[in-house]
Formats: sequence, structure tokens, C-alpha cells
Amino acid sequence: MTTTAAQATVRSRGPWELAFERLRRDRAAIAAAATLLAVGLVAAIAPAIATAVRHGPAQQFLDVGLSPSGIPLAPNTTFLLGTDSLGRDVLVRIAYGTRVSLLVGLLASALAVLIGTLVGIVAGWYGGFVDRVLSRTMDVFLALPFLVFALALVAVVGPSLTISVTVIAFFCWASVGRIVRAETLSIREHEYVQAARTLGASPARIMFVEILPNVAPSVIVYTTLLIPGAIVSEATLSFLGLSVVPPTPSWGNMLADAMAYYKVAWWFVFFPGAALVITTVAFNVLGDSVRDALDPRRDQAVPATDEEVS
Amino acid sequence: MTRYLLRRLAWSALVVWVVATSVFVIYFAVPHDVARLIAGRQASKETVKMVRTRLGLDQPAHLQYLNFLGRLARGDLGESFITQESVNTIVARDFPVTASLALGSGILWLVLGVGAGVIAAKKRRSPTDRVITTLALGFYSMPPFLVGQLLLFFLFFRLYMAGFEFFPPGSYVAFSDSPLQWARFLTLPWLSIALVTAATYSRLTRSAMLDVLGEDYIRTARAKGLTESRITYRHALRSSLTPVVSQFGIDMGSLLGGAIVTEVVFGLPGLGREAVQAITTQDLPIIMGITILSTVLVVAASFGVDLWHAVLDPRVRLE
Amino acid sequence: MTTSAVAPPARPGEPLVRLEHVVKDFPVKSGSLFAKSRERVHAVADVSLDVRRGDTLALVGESGCGKSTLARCLMRLHDLTGGRVLFDGHDISTSTQGELRPFRRRMQMVFQDPYGSLNPRRRVGSIIGDPFEIHGLRHGADRVKRVQELMELVGLNPEHYNRFPGDFSGGQRQRVGIARAIALRPDFIVCDEPVSALDVSIRAQILNLLDGLQDELGLTYLFISHDLSVVRHVSDRVAVMYLGKVVELAPVRDLFGHARHPYTRALLSAMPAPDPDRADTREEILLAGDPPSPLDPPAGCGFHPRCPRAQARCATEVPALAPCPGDAAEHLAACHFPVADGEAPAAAGSARQEAL
Repeated sequence: MTTTAAQATVRSRGPWELAFERLRRDRAAIAAAATLLAVGLVAAIAPAIATAVRHGPAQQFLDVGLSPSGIPLAPNTTFLLGTDSLGRDVLVRIAYGTRVSLLVGLLASALAVLIGTLVGIVAGWYGGFVDRVLSRTMDVFLALPFLVFALALVAVVGPSLTISVTVIAFFCWASVGRIVRAETLSIREHEYVQAARTLGASPARIMFVEILPNVAPSVIVYTTLLIPGAIVSEATLSFLGLSVVPPTPSWGNMLADAMAYYKVAWWFVFFPGAALVITTVAFNVLGDSVRDALDPRRDQAVPATDEEVS
Repeated sequence: MTRYLLRRLAWSALVVWVVATSVFVIYFAVPHDVARLIAGRQASKETVKMVRTRLGLDQPAHLQYLNFLGRLARGDLGESFITQESVNTIVARDFPVTASLALGSGILWLVLGVGAGVIAAKKRRSPTDRVITTLALGFYSMPPFLVGQLLLFFLFFRLYMAGFEFFPPGSYVAFSDSPLQWARFLTLPWLSIALVTAATYSRLTRSAMLDVLGEDYIRTARAKGLTESRITYRHALRSSLTPVVSQFGIDMGSLLGGAIVTEVVFGLPGLGREAVQAITTQDLPIIMGITILSTVLVVAASFGVDLWHAVLDPRVRLE
Repeated sequence: MTTSAVAPPARPGEPLVRLEHVVKDFPVKSGSLFAKSRERVHAVADVSLDVRRGDTLALVGESGCGKSTLARCLMRLHDLTGGRVLFDGHDISTSTQGELRPFRRRMQMVFQDPYGSLNPRRRVGSIIGDPFEIHGLRHGADRVKRVQELMELVGLNPEHYNRFPGDFSGGQRQRVGIARAIALRPDFIVCDEPVSALDVSIRAQILNLLDGLQDELGLTYLFISHDLSVVRHVSDRVAVMYLGKVVELAPVRDLFGHARHPYTRALLSAMPAPDPDRADTREEILLAGDPPSPLDPPAGCGFHPRCPRAQARCATEVPALAPCPGDAAEHLAACHFPVADGEAPAAAGSARQEAL
């Protein structure tokens, strides 16, 4: 009695699918995801928005964009979200700023997670000398004060997008690494890892096939919380003028400009600030929901007894 | 225990050394003519050469490195390119501002954060809990500078327009001169740091408390007839505070190194603002000096936390 | 299978696996950064055993006696502190993991914990197919077919190829583990307490499965257990371990019929009787004292502090594992005063008082 591969189509729902199901049912998560999709959309169609209102992001409308006394204009029919100190369209600048924030946030987080996971798994698996060296390295990185160091770096090299991505990744990877290392240390002792060794699997295969899928949940949770942190860090860096160079708009540097005008131009502070807060809150809510959905305690459902199954 | 502390001390020294070396490498590895910067654009070749010699920049790199380390070991952070003022003096002048900012907000966020976390944990799933959690989420997602700006707008500007000048920004009054004014000028900055950090702490405390409250020994305490408040404060809180204390030490350390953004928003003459201004003027020694100092403070705070843990938890000493 | 043959492959009855004076220590982590601790746990303290082709050798003992460690040394999951391991004539004691790869196809392991021995995030078809993947054999549909054949062989429904371990019961998971172990048609399998974590009613099924596979595939087993009643069922020979050493080694009938070592007698007396109503003529032997610590083993015979027959000699002289007077050469015991037929184990009680 042999069955062909085609007949083995009875798929069961594994831990990933179960987690996804839980996420789907979480209303807060859905709302957050929808919000983020909208944000992503804005970033994607920023040029289209610019064309639609016929204002470029760096275009200064010194005549129609400022009041006679040189103060930015409040939201009106031409400038839907008002103008900034140089008569530029706030709406278009926010849209372009979304690109910067998302790009830096996602890229820096991805980089940090990649490096951190690699280092963490290697340190956790090999132990001994390799582990000691890598752990100490992570500890050093964790001890460095972020902003001050970023300042020093930028002072010498000059601000740019690349710098802000690098700096943020630089400071975040170690916390990922520490978590991954701890998980790896515990997973390493599981019998299925020993089984893989008895089968003759190479360390690389074990790390990739056995350990990685099991550290993935923690990594994913941490990533969803890392991203908003990265976005806020980027905003802070550009607030201080350490990230993108003007006239490229970013929420941070818009807020920096707005500092001098907050008394007279509330929209100049409010809209970029709102964009920032909405995006960050959405990521945080999503992160919390992802963490609940991936909660390993839920995966250990009571297994069927032999009598029931057979 | 001494061995443990010595180990931690050695470790701290290592970190500081790593940072100092990185700072040095950045300083020298990047191609820019330091001497010319100091001498000024219009300086003649002779002047630049003189400056170079005076600063010891014509010496080979490893000698400069040793000099650099030697100076650091003596606590000398160098001199400003622009004003030739000793960085040590500058730092000494700015530090009290940053310290006041850090300490004040630290106490505030500790009280607010832990308090809110405890209340949220005790009244789990009640409306109070939901409000606290939501507020925490909101503040937690905001960068301090944004909170600062909002506070400026609502608590300063609006009140000002109504005729009450309560919390003006932009200046600093030393505690020794007038405690009341000192506090007055620092209130908004304190709040802008504290609200964001308190949000983090309230989440931390809440989840730690919830974990502890679910433990068996709490159930036993209840069964024994202890009152709820006694359980909360004497038993549950003690265990929940360990992660909070560690975090506090680290946060204070980094804050002491310069609450950069807040100082910029509120125009406070502290270490952070000094560093930011130094960027515009390309005054590298100031930036480098503050970076190293800031690292020392973070490392010292970490060490303090370790000390605290070693005193409290005998298991740590046996590591 | 291309292995450089040093000797011709073992025939039935000849030793397939040889352990010669195997020693395994673990350093105990204590002390500060600078002074490494001198203390070591002697998990395995000089064990020599043969496992004969086609046989099942059972390895029995309390928790902590070193049997699992010995198995892992055999499988070269650990490095040996001393001694040799020979597989089919090849000395694999110091081989690197790379050199061991060809041997991995011939020696496999079934683990104790059905919940821990399968990666919860992988499908069982993929898990059973691992050996093929690792050694680069049988790809695509051919592999799927083979895996499904294996599933049938161990009593699983091949249509469950794509299910996750969480969907299976303990007994079924163990079957998955067994299927994985036999995938490459090994010669030798170490079964490390394969039924200890299963419900009693399921144990018989798994044991019968293992038995059937042994006949069908010509397997040799090293069967580890702490439960003598299980062992009686499945083994040809039994080795009893205590504190890192083998204290008795005998064909199964001889062991159960007339064990020589007092420790073995104590274990046998502790076996639950199937029918409690029938008068149990066995004397229950209660061992005095605490189980020993492998950190600081007693001098002389490791069992002497708890032995009801111990005398002065036992505290100083380590007994050799040798045939007892009057026994066949197959029946070995490490005891100065082995229990004779019909003798009650605690006969030398008064002598023990003298020794103290």
C-alpha cells in the first residue's frame, strides 16, 4: 500500500499559520496594519502627490506661499496642509518625508537584525572562545551612548542618509544579538539538535535549518519594536541636522524648522508631528499584537493522547 | 565579591578605552586639515605649520595616540579649536545643567512610571488600566523633542498668551542661586523627558508586576491573610523592581552624557547643546571630549548598577 | 557505502561496536575567572563493552549512572576523555566530525523525549527526510516516496507527511523518530530510553516495533533503560551500570535468574510485580544511604557505602569485572562477595557492622 506524493495533500496548520490566524483576528493589529499600508502608500506615491498639487517638495513659493510679513500660510485650498518657513508645501514635504522615515527605519532595522541574528546564532552555537569574543563585542556596542557617538561621527564625516542608517544599525544590532544568543543557547540543548548532529548535519545546516526557525519568533517580535525605534531615532537625528541634507524633507528636520515658528504656525509642528506619532504608534501596536500572536506558550497546546489519535 | 567588582571595573575600563581609541581614529583617520581649521582659512603657510607643530600634529600617528591616551589618563580633554578654552572648563560649566536635567527628570519618571505601572497591574483590564496603557503607548511612541515642542506650545505659549508666564524656556538658573527659579525653568524640560521615559517604565513595571502577581508565593501570601497593599508593596514590588533598577541606572548614565535633544529644544546650556553647537563650528575637541565623558558616565552608571545588584543579590557575587 | 575497511565487516555474533576503557569527565564550572576549578564529574569511569552484531545489549542503571553519557560518547556527540570506541573495526575515538560522516550512516540514535526530539517548526516528512538531505541521497519525488514507505514501516499514515509534530501523540512522535533513524538503513541503533516517556499501554507497541524492525532490517541495538521489566522483554544481554562503571554483564536469562551483584539484586527486587495478589517471595532489598555523587565517588567499590554485604576490602580495593566462581564466561560481575544462588543478599550484614 503506497501512496503517491500527490495524495499526501493533507496539510495541517503549523505554528506559523496558527500565529497568523491569531493575528488576523486581532482588531488592533488590523487597524495598525491598515494604517501602515496607508503610510506606505503615501511614501510610494509621493511624486504623484507632488504632481497632483503642482508643488515640488523643494519648491519655494516665496510669493504665494508666505504671508506679506513672511510668515507661513495656514492650510488653505492651494496648500492643503499649509506652508513652511520658505513657502514650501507642507503636504508634499510630509509625503516625501515618509519615504525617508520608512526607508531608514526599515533598512536600519533590517541591517541590525541581519547582523545581530548572525552573530547571536554563531556565538550561541559555538560557545567557548568564539562566544566570549562575540559577547564582549556586543557588550561594548551596548555600552556606547548613541546620540553622542552619532554626533561625533557626523561631525567628521558630514550628515547623510547613509550615515543615519549606518549609525542606527550600528547601535541596534547588539541588542538583537544578545537576545538571539540567549535563545540559541537554550535551543542548542534540545534533542532535535542532538539528533541533527547524530545524522551528520554540518554546523551551518543545524544553525540554519534547526535553530533559525526557532529563534525567528523572538526576532520577529523584536524587529517590529525595533522599527519604530529606528524611525524615532532617524527623526531625532534629522532634528539635529545629522541625517538627510536639506532641502530633502524629513519629519525630523521639518520639526526642527518648525521650532522657531511654533507660536505662529501650529500646522508646521502639528502635521509632521502627527505623521510621526501615527506611524510610530501603528508599528508599536502591531508589534504588541505580533508578540501576543507568537507567544510560545500558546503553541504548546495539549497534545492528543495515543488513545484518542489511533 | 571583590573579584566580581574588579572584573566589572576592568571591563568598564576596556569600554572607555575602546571608545577613546575610536574617537582618536575618527579624529585622525578622516582627511581634513586640523591645523588649517584652527589657524583659519586665511592663514599663511607658516602660520599653519606653526600651529601644526604646536599641536604636535607633525608627529607620527602612534606617538600622537600615546599622547592622547596620556592626556586622557590625566583627565585632560584638550582644548577648543575656536576659543582655545580648556574643554575641561567648558564641561565643568555645562555639567550642572545637564545633571539637574537628568536628576530631576529621573525622579519624575521613576515616580510616574513605576506608579502608573503598579496601578495598571493591580487594576488589570479595568478602564484605568486601559487608559494608562493607551497613554503609555502614545508617549512611548513620541520622540522627546516632539513632546517638548508640544509642551512648549500648550503649557508655555498658550498660558503666556493668556497672561501667565509660567514656564519660559531658554534659560537656566543655578540651584544655588534660586531653587524656585531653577525648578521653574526646568519644569518643561523635565516633563518632556519624563513623560516619554515614564511610558517605557510603566510598561516595564506593569509586565513585571503581572508576572510576579501570578506567582505561587503571592497566592500563598493572600491565603495567609495579608492585606492587598502589603502584598503589593512589600512582596510583589520588590521582585518587580530589579529590571527597573537596572534600566534606571543605564538611562541615567546616558542622560547624564547629554540630554541633547531636550537641551536644544529648550535652549539649555548643557553638554548636549554644547556638542551640537560644536558640530556647526567643527570644533572637534569639544565633541570628542563630550563623547568620551558621556561614555565614562554610562559605564560608571552601569558599574553602579552592578554594584547595587551585587549588594542585593548574593547569587551575583558568586558568578 | 565507501569506507576504507581496515577489517572485514563484522558477522553476526561478532562485535560490531567495541568500547575499550572509555572514560568521560566533565569539568565543573566554579571558581573565579582566574582559577579554573579542578573538580571534575566522572560520568563514565572506565567502561569496556562489546555490542555483537544482530544482538540487543541493554544498558541499565539509575539516573546519573552514566549510561546516557556513555551512549553519547559512543555516538561521538562528546569527545572521549580516555579510552577507545571502535565501530566495525574502525577506531573512531578521535575522528573529527567530518571524518565521522560516513559512519553516521551506519550508526543512529533514537531519543528519549518524543516532544523534544522533533523540531516543532518542521513537517514530519521533512524531518524524516533529513538523513537523505544531509547525505545528498534521493531527491524530489523519489525521496518523498521513500519517506512515505518508512512511515508505513513504522506504523504511521503516509498521508500525514505534511503534518507538524504537534499534531501527533507521544507514541506517534516516537515512531517518527524511529523512521528518521532507520532511513539510511544503519547497522546499529542506540535507543536511549525510547519508551520511558510514553504511556505504559503504548510502550509495548513501540517495543514490538523495534523488535520487528530488528528482524526485518538486521539491526543491532544498544538499548538504554532504567526499567528492568522493559529490558527483560527486548534484550539478549544486559549490562548494569553504577556510578560510571559496569558492575554486571550477563545474558538476560542469567541476569534475571541469578544475578551476582548486590546492586542488580536490589534493582530486581524493586521491579513491580505484575500480580500483587500473588505472594511475592522476593525479599525487598532496601538500599541504605544516599545515592552517591559522581563528583566525589567512594574509594574502592563505588557501591560499598550502600551495600548490605560490604566488608573492609570493599572500601579499598576496586573489584574487577570478571566471571564469578562457577559461572559461565559470559556472566561477569564486579564484586568481591558476589551473591551465590539461593543466598539472601543481606547475609553479610553483621560483617558490615564490623567494617564500620
